[in-house]
Amino acid sequence: MTTLLEAHDVSRSFGGLQALAGCSLLVERGSITGLIGPNGSGKTTLFNVITGYIKADTGRVSFEGKDITNARPNAVFALGIGRTFQMTRIFARISVVENMLVATQREESWLRGLTRSKSSKSELDNAMEWLDFVGLARLAHLPAGALSYGQRKLLELAYVLVADPDVILLDEPAGGVNLTLINEIGEKIRSLNAAGKTFLIVEHNMEFVMNLCDTVTVMHQGCNLVTGRPDEVRSNPLVLDAYLGGGDDEDVAEEMSNG
Amino acid sequence: MKLKQSAWWALALVVFALFPVVVTNPFYTTIGIFTVMYMSCATSWNMFSGYSGYVSLGTAIFFGCGAYTMALASIDWHVPGGAVQFWLVPLGGVVAMAIAVPLGAVALRVRRHTFVVITIAFFFVFQLAAINANFTGGPAGLSLALIPWQGNAYNTPFYYVALLILVFAVVLSALVRRSRFGLQLLAIRDDEDRALGLGVKVKAVKLTGYTMSSFTVGMAGALYAMFLGQIYPQFVFDPVFDVTVALMAFLGGFGTLLGPLVGGLILESSQQYLTATYSNGSLYLILFGALFLIVVLFMPQGIVVKVKEIWMKRSLKDADGVDGATPVAMAGSVKP
Repeated sequence: MTTLLEAHDVSRSFGGLQALAGCSLLVERGSITGLIGPNGSGKTTLFNVITGYIKADTGRVSFEGKDITNARPNAVFALGIGRTFQMTRIFARISVVENMLVATQREESWLRGLTRSKSSKSELDNAMEWLDFVGLARLAHLPAGALSYGQRKLLELAYVLVADPDVILLDEPAGGVNLTLINEIGEKIRSLNAAGKTFLIVEHNMEFVMNLCDTVTVMHQGCNLVTGRPDEVRSNPLVLDAYLGGGDDEDVAEEMSNG
Repeated sequence: MKLKQSAWWALALVVFALFPVVVTNPFYTTIGIFTVMYMSCATSWNMFSGYSGYVSLGTAIFFGCGAYTMALASIDWHVPGGAVQFWLVPLGGVVAMAIAVPLGAVALRVRRHTFVVITIAFFFVFQLAAINANFTGGPAGLSLALIPWQGNAYNTPFYYVALLILVFAVVLSALVRRSRFGLQLLAIRDDEDRALGLGVKVKAVKLTGYTMSSFTVGMAGALYAMFLGQIYPQFVFDPVFDVTVALMAFLGGFGTLLGPLVGGLILESSQQYLTATYSNGSLYLILFGALFLIVVLFMPQGIVVKVKEIWMKRSLKDADGVDGATPVAMAGSVKP
């Protein structure tokens, strides 16, 4: 396997808060990589740095060997990195299918948008296919604001997929969603992965992460603590410490140097 | 449905085109000219601010610049008063666009309330400049060459040029609404950062929309200067214009194609009529106040959206005898 996406020694602080303190992360091509950690450990900040929403103070992000540190979000998306948000973000006042069409033009020049209609036949068909994939096709012409929370999650996944990105960053895909839908989302991710898509997933639902991911990285206080297979990570004392708050910083540092 | 809709548009155009033929009293045709002029400005304002959600209160900058372009060009180039001046109307639009680019590049860096405040600030900079600069004639304004037309023969050409500008504004707004570009503006209105993360080049899209919308307003300003033959800085750079144009769109339906037309038609015609009839310049403000109270209380999304909602409910009831409050009726209410 080759490395598709890499964050190397990324730091970022907000005022006095060190949200990321030299965090590194590797995402292999074709993998489903999980990113877990206690609240405030910097997972979403790392997502934001990778996708260009937040600038890194130091460190480097690269995609397919190319340096993309601090590139703008639209440029990052055009390269083939799609993402969803923890707080689901859709365009509430346009229709579901129009939501899909916004994302369709990944590499189109902005001038082209002036002279062409909203969608071509093939774009529309493609959009409807993906809506059908997530089970929203029959709601295509409703305003997206009428969708339930779970449906919004699915729509957000669908409109990221419509642009055919190489890697998809999901920020808590199972958060606030009922069990049936969690399993359904898990199934979608698995089948997309089988078709060659790479995933990086932030999630608090441990069962979801452990069942789905090939590799899991645990973050703690802005650093990557442990990386490994789900079963390795699950039993790692450092991880238990981070989650249960068993030791303070010094203990963790000590344990890391020992083992 | 589609055919029926275009038939309504065609009918409305015929009614507007026949207006000066049927109504020959210059008193009413003057009201007609101002009404059509404001409808085009409101449509054009809505094409950017309504679609993108960036409420601009500096529209009068473009109106004023268009007016001064007409006046200065007519005077400096010794254009005789008459039909040939109409060729300067598009120039007013072009000058407005040239000014919109740097203004937009600065103002569009900020959002929401800050954007509104910045556009107001820009407006007052322009008003002050027009009052104090030498080439604008200062507070005394500028006089254009007299146009030797009388009565309705004077008004009719102006009316049709204003109507032409209006048709241009409406067609442009409709085309934008149908284009990928228009979809991007709507996406920016709902969630700009999310749109950016889906590859929408928001800076370029916003600036293009802002600049495009200034063109029609500049043309309207140029036509205004030519029509009155005399401009004063405080009337072409008028803060009331900024607010009126925005209110027309809000009254009719913010972000819809039809809304600013309905709003402009109602507001401007009643204002002109009341002002002229009762020779009291501020009587219309009372009516406006009452009207807006009603709209805010009972139809906050605007007249067009409300009427459509009611009509949808009724036709649904007729269709299958069920209560109309279904998601389908809701869907119709959001589309323009």
